[in-house]
Amino acid sequence: MSTRQVCLTINGREYTGAVEPRKLLTDFLRDDLGLTGTHVGCEQGVCGACTVLLNGEPVRSCLLFAVQANGAELKTVEGMAPNATELHPLQEKFWELHGLQCGFCTPGILLTAEALLKEIPHPSEEQIREWLSGNLCRCTGYQNIVTAIHEAAKTLSERRT
Amino acid sequence: MPYIGSSVKRKEDVRLLRGIGKYVGDIHRAGMVHAAILRSTHAHARLVKIDAAAALKLPGVLGVLTAADMPGLKTIPMRTGVIPGLERSQQTPIATTKVRYVGEPVAVVVAENRYLAEDALEWIDVEYAAQGAVIDASESMKPGAPRLHDATPNNVAANFQVDVGDVDEAFRDADLIIEEEFSTQRHSAVPLENRGLVAEWDEGRGLLTMWGPTKMTHTNWRILSELTGLPQSCIHFIEPEVGGGFGARGEFYPEDFLIPFAAMHFRKPICWIEDRSENLKAMNQSRQQEHRVKIGVKKDGTILAMDAEILFDMGSYTRTHGGVPAIAASAMLRGPFRVKNYRCNVFCVLTNKTPVGTYRSPGRYEANFVRERLLDMVAHRLKLDPADVRRRNLIRHEEMPCDLGKHPFHSMVYDTGDFPGQFERALERFGYEDLKATCAAAKLEGRAVGVGIGCFVETSGIGPWEYARVEVDNAGQVVLYSGCNSVGQGIATALSQIVADELQVAIENVRVVHGDTAKVPYGNGSNASRSTVMAGSAAVGASRKVKDKLLRLAAANLEIDTADLILRDGRVVARGAPERAVSFKDLARLALPGAALKNGMTPGISEEDFFATDKRPFPYGVHIAEVEVDKETGKIKILDYLVTEDIGRKINPMIIEGQMAGGLAQGIGGALLEEFVYDEDGQPLSTNFMDYLLPTAMEIPKAQLISTEDFPSPHNPLGVKGAGEGGITAAGAALANAVSNALGVEVKKLPLKPDYVLQLIKDCQAAG
Repeated sequence: MSTRQVCLTINGREYTGAVEPRKLLTDFLRDDLGLTGTHVGCEQGVCGACTVLLNGEPVRSCLLFAVQANGAELKTVEGMAPNATELHPLQEKFWELHGLQCGFCTPGILLTAEALLKEIPHPSEEQIREWLSGNLCRCTGYQNIVTAIHEAAKTLSERRT
Repeated sequence: MPYIGSSVKRKEDVRLLRGIGKYVGDIHRAGMVHAAILRSTHAHARLVKIDAAAALKLPGVLGVLTAADMPGLKTIPMRTGVIPGLERSQQTPIATTKVRYVGEPVAVVVAENRYLAEDALEWIDVEYAAQGAVIDASESMKPGAPRLHDATPNNVAANFQVDVGDVDEAFRDADLIIEEEFSTQRHSAVPLENRGLVAEWDEGRGLLTMWGPTKMTHTNWRILSELTGLPQSCIHFIEPEVGGGFGARGEFYPEDFLIPFAAMHFRKPICWIEDRSENLKAMNQSRQQEHRVKIGVKKDGTILAMDAEILFDMGSYTRTHGGVPAIAASAMLRGPFRVKNYRCNVFCVLTNKTPVGTYRSPGRYEANFVRERLLDMVAHRLKLDPADVRRRNLIRHEEMPCDLGKHPFHSMVYDTGDFPGQFERALERFGYEDLKATCAAAKLEGRAVGVGIGCFVETSGIGPWEYARVEVDNAGQVVLYSGCNSVGQGIATALSQIVADELQVAIENVRVVHGDTAKVPYGNGSNASRSTVMAGSAAVGASRKVKDKLLRLAAANLEIDTADLILRDGRVVARGAPERAVSFKDLARLALPGAALKNGMTPGISEEDFFATDKRPFPYGVHIAEVEVDKETGKIKILDYLVTEDIGRKINPMIIEGQMAGGLAQGIGGALLEEFVYDEDGQPLSTNFMDYLLPTAMEIPKAQLISTEDFPSPHNPLGVKGAGEGGITAAGAALANAVSNALGVEVKKLPLKPDYVLQLIKDCQAAG
């Protein structure tokens, strides 16, 4: 099958690859680029495990072809922490408040939460739950995730002032 | 400060948060190819012909395997829950002459990548001769129903009885006898990560390596050896990160044979990752039971006897767990109550649906729903408060340990606890008395608000043994090699806490190795809330032996008697003279063979221990739910929820609360949303997440989660009882009682989907 050239920026670094037009973005990230932090739970856009930020917006990478992301700027979970020793405030709070168990849904939830806090810096519990409604977690029962996002919002806002 | 009892942050988390943990789908081997599995589209049919010629011509396809390529196929054995008779309906890893459920493996395609492998599936032509499917357990037992297995003429794979006291005599003294039928629907664990395996065959050395097995790595290691004939010493299993287990992941499935077989056949590393649609057809399902129960009580609500018949719909084959959900349901139907006369007749029935296995709180979730509903019905008939009926019958502290009488397959001696005390505290905390008035007031306003109780006893910590080895490595770090597994529950953190306390080191200096058969020789895995109980206790034993060795080495080195030495911060220190000390790192050097042998000591600082017991702890507690039902739409809103559970002793309260919260969310899903629906031909209709509804953040409320450690278990050195299943176990019970209370109806089945709730309302109105 013929391939197309794809060029995109992920976590601030440029990547190029030759892909079949039918290759999903999620498979391109995971199999071709080795960015396996993005997970696949349903391949039909329901579970949200594959959520990445595309030009700042949360998208399901299982519902996009890699070629559709040509020229885009992507952020995946690997790009969240500022460096190899520190964590992003969301990651810190998820750790501190037990916002994850098996960790499979976590990357998608972290990126959804990052997009949420960018749009609504001080979300209410209801708003957090609404934003999370597109991400399934089978382990935690969500409450600690909600609390962690709430607390991370506080940290981020303190840092801004 | 000891680590045990402290909410230390999990050791597992940083790599998972950074996205650098390696799940099975993240593993890549040089030259790796991909497998896809062709699954039966028929629920019951004879396999007439499989023609793979067209698929084999496709570019990138290495080959197609069917049963014909696997001479001498054996069936997958039971690892537990063995009930005589069940062995007749065990499954071969691939269909040979017949298919018995939609989703059964028929052929395996191996291709250069997953896209090509999935393409090729569509080019395999299978001719089936339909044999008529039977979907319903009651229908399946009737004469003339299609027969699934020749060896089980009536589709009853097994039948057994529990018989305690004199039920018939007791019923004669009853003031009220209620006989009812209840059912729980087919649903299951559905972890967010689909199943997967990577198998690599080193042809030159004759070694097979497999990534992906979990839950019971060592059991599966033995089973694969038995099925392939390859010695266990030539098989190496490695457990990667695991995206949720809940009982279903990690059992030995057909693919656990097919993928390594294919790797050996094609002499290539092979990766198989199922998609969600496969997962919802091929992974163990659970929970489908029908109960016909008769209860006899006195006027004051005292239970005299229970007589039950349980149909356990096991799907089309016996899987590795045998009849655990049926055994557990029949054992735990009495829950925390004094039922001196008890009879239960259990039928394990075959139907043309996906085979059933264990799901978090197997059999107990079902039994709790049935019993707690029945107790509320007793209360309604006798015009008693449901809480009073329970008060009348709860086993008291002074009756412990309490022997419930013989069960053919289940240990039935409750170890310790104060059921009434826990119950009263739960009611008080939830404000049960006030809430009754609130509900009544709401009803006057036309709102349907109700409260429901679900009492439970869980079983945990199943034996018969667990293995641990503790070593001090060359850097002075402590390493625990444990026979348990991680399914995402945080077991490495909990075990590290235990070992760190025993050896007085910082938790950062403890590492836990599990799920790797080259490094851990024995194990019974993680199931039945056993890891902290069994693996934790084994870790204590091995740590204490290591402590003894450290003291002896240090005594020789410092020339101080062992009685005057203590462990502190990774060193052995003279009591009262802290300047006289030697570090674990230096002791590790002194224990090297050269020095140790010269001093007449066994080299190394490494000690094994087994913890063995047949006695199980029984955690217990209460669920209470407050709900409001929208009478127009049938939608249920949970207004408040409480779970209390006594778990003997807490290792990590944060992890325990997480287990309760996660269990509860699954319990709510099972009570309100989740269901595997099949049509009359056995076609599964819930094969994606649009049709199989997992609860989201919008459905799961913030709950009150209270764990207590009032009654440590006498059966293990830690006093722990296992905390993985109390959160889920009585959720169906409490929610069904709350909905019944809100609407003035009697719920008799789960799930409480809007159509069923509306039907209840309609029936109630029709009855006036």
